[in-house]
Amino acid sequence: MTHTDKLTTADEVRAGVASSAGLSSEQPVAVRARPSVAARTEASARREDSARGRVPLTRRTWFVIVGGSLLPLLLLAIWQAVTALGLVSASQLPSPASVWTAGVDLLQRGLLGQYAAISTQRVLIGFAIGALLGLILGAIVGLSRLADILIAPTLGAIRAVPSLAWIPLLILWLKIGEESKITLIAIGAFFPVYTTVSAALRHVDRQLVEAGRAFGYNGVRLFSTVQLPAVLPSVVSGLRLALAQSWLFLVAAELIASSMGLGFLLIDSQNNGRIDRIILAIILLAVLGKVTDSLVGLFERWVNKRWS
Amino acid sequence: MTSSRLTAGPQGALRAVSNSAKGPEFETTDAALTVSFAGIGRTFPGERGQGRSVLRDISLDVKAGEVLAILGTSGCGKSTLLRIAGGLDSATTGDILIDGRPVTPFDARTAVGFQEPRLLPWRSVADNVALGLVRGTPKTEGAARVANLIDLVGLGAFAGHRPRQISGGMAQRASLARALARNPGVLLLDEPFGALDALTRLKMQDLLLDVHAAAPTTVLLVTHDVDEALQLADRIILLGRKDGEEGSSIAQEIVVPGHRPRDRGSAELAELRGRLLAGLGIDRHGEARGVEKTTAMPTFPY
Repeated sequence: MTHTDKLTTADEVRAGVASSAGLSSEQPVAVRARPSVAARTEASARREDSARGRVPLTRRTWFVIVGGSLLPLLLLAIWQAVTALGLVSASQLPSPASVWTAGVDLLQRGLLGQYAAISTQRVLIGFAIGALLGLILGAIVGLSRLADILIAPTLGAIRAVPSLAWIPLLILWLKIGEESKITLIAIGAFFPVYTTVSAALRHVDRQLVEAGRAFGYNGVRLFSTVQLPAVLPSVVSGLRLALAQSWLFLVAAELIASSMGLGFLLIDSQNNGRIDRIILAIILLAVLGKVTDSLVGLFERWVNKRWS
Repeated sequence: MTSSRLTAGPQGALRAVSNSAKGPEFETTDAALTVSFAGIGRTFPGERGQGRSVLRDISLDVKAGEVLAILGTSGCGKSTLLRIAGGLDSATTGDILIDGRPVTPFDARTAVGFQEPRLLPWRSVADNVALGLVRGTPKTEGAARVANLIDLVGLGAFAGHRPRQISGGMAQRASLARALARNPGVLLLDEPFGALDALTRLKMQDLLLDVHAAAPTTVLLVTHDVDEALQLADRIILLGRKDGEEGSSIAQEIVVPGHRPRDRGSAELAELRGRLLAGLGIDRHGEARGVEKTTAMPTFPY
C-alpha cells in the first residue's frame, strides 16, 4: 500500500493535498475570479435572460434598425454642417439639398428611374447567368477529381484577370450593347459562386456521404440528398458575394461604354462637371447594392435555419 | 425462448410491416442470411510502396440469425473486417459471400450501424430513419414502417426533432432504426454504443436484443467491450496479431453459453471475460475461485 492509499476520508485527503502543496490547512485562501470565469457568468446571465423571455437590447428589431442608421445620419449631419459653414467650396462638395434637387430633377425628366432600372436589370441578368454557370462548374469540379485536375487551373488563371482587362475584348467581340455588359457582369458573378461551391463540395463530411452510399444512394440521388443540402449554406454565401461583385463589374462596364445606367451617369456627370449628380449616383449605387444584399441576406438566414 | 420483456405490440407490428414491405421487384431479405469469409486479407498501401497489412487469413462462417461479436484492441482491423462485409471496403485477398453470393459494393443485403450516428442534420429523426428504407418502398408503407421503428427504439415523441435537438443516445437509437429500416439480411454494427455513457449503453444492448428477438437477422457486432460481447453474442471472435506476423487474424473463438438475455452477474461469464481480457492483453489481477471451467449451459445453436 502506498501513502495515498491510507488516506480514507475526504478531510484526510484534503489535509494531505494541502500539506503536500505547502499550505496550512486552516488558512482560508482568497480566490479572485479569473477573467474566463467572469465571462462565463456573464454568458450565463444572458442565458438566464433568454430563458425568462427577456430579449436583450441588441436582439430587438427596432434597436437593430435604429442602430444601423445612426452612422449614416451622423455623416449626413456632418456633410450638411460642412457645406452650410462654407468649409469647402460648392464646386468640390455640393450640399445635401442640391444633390436632392439634382435627383428630383433627373427623376422628373424620367432619366433617374430609367438609369436605375437598366442598371438593376443588367446586374440581375448577369448575376443569374454567372451564378448558374458557377453552380454547375463548381459542382463538377467539386465532385470529380478528374474535372478538378483538368478544369480548375484554367479557371484559376481566368479568375486572375482583372475585370477591366476584359472590356476591350468584349467590346470588340460583342459590340457596345447589352451583351458585352451582361457578359462582364456574369464573369464577375461566376467566380465567387464557383469557388465557394467547389470548395464546399470537397469538404462535405465524408462520413455522411459514406452513410448515404451505404444506404443505396449514388449519383444524382446522393448529390440531392446529402451533398447539395450540406453545401447549401456555403452556396448562398457565395451567391451573396457574387451579387456584390456584380455591382462592381456593372460600374466597370458602364463607365467604359454605355449610353444609360448609373455608371453612364457617373462618367457623363464627370465630363459635364456635375458633381452633385456624381454624388447622387454613388449614393444610389450604395443603396441599391445594400438593398439587394439584404434581400439575399434574408434568404441566407432562412437557408441556414432550414438546412443546418 | 423469446424475450419475455418485449410486449407483443411492437413485435407483431414490426413483423407485419416487414412482411408487407417486401415487394417482388426489390431485393429485401426477410430471412437472415449466412456470411462466409474465406481467407480474407487486407493490405493498405503505405509509404514508398510498402503495404501495411491489417488483416490476414480470416476464415469464418456465420450462421443465419447468429449474433457474432468481433472483439479486438483498437487498430486491429475489426472495423475493416466489418466494412469489407458490407461492401464499404474490399478485401485484398480472399472471398466473402453473403447467402452464397459475393458481396457487391455497398451491398443492399446489409445495413450498417456506424460508430457515430451519422444523421443528416437538416432532416428530422423520422426523415433520417426513412433514408434507410429500400428504394421503391411505397410511400404509405414506408411511413408506417418508419413510425413503427421509431416507436420500437423509443423515439416516438422525438420523430419531428432535428438530430442536434436530441441526445447522443437518442441519435444512436435513430441510427439503429435507420439501419433496421431496410430489413437487412445482415446487420453490421461498428461499435454502435461505443460513444455512449455506461448506463445508456446497457439500455441500448437490451434494446438490440429486443429488436433481434422481434426480427431475427444475422448480426456482426464490432466492439472493444468484452461485457457487451458476452451479453449480446452467440459467438465471439477475438482478432489479434501473432508475434512476428503483420496483420491480425482470429486469435480466439468462443461460443458463449446460455440464452439471451443473460444474467449480467453470471460467474461463468465472468470466467469467460477473464479469458477474453487476457487475450486482449489485459491482466485480470486474480484467479477465478470456485467456478467450474467447463460449462453445462447449452451453446448456440441450441
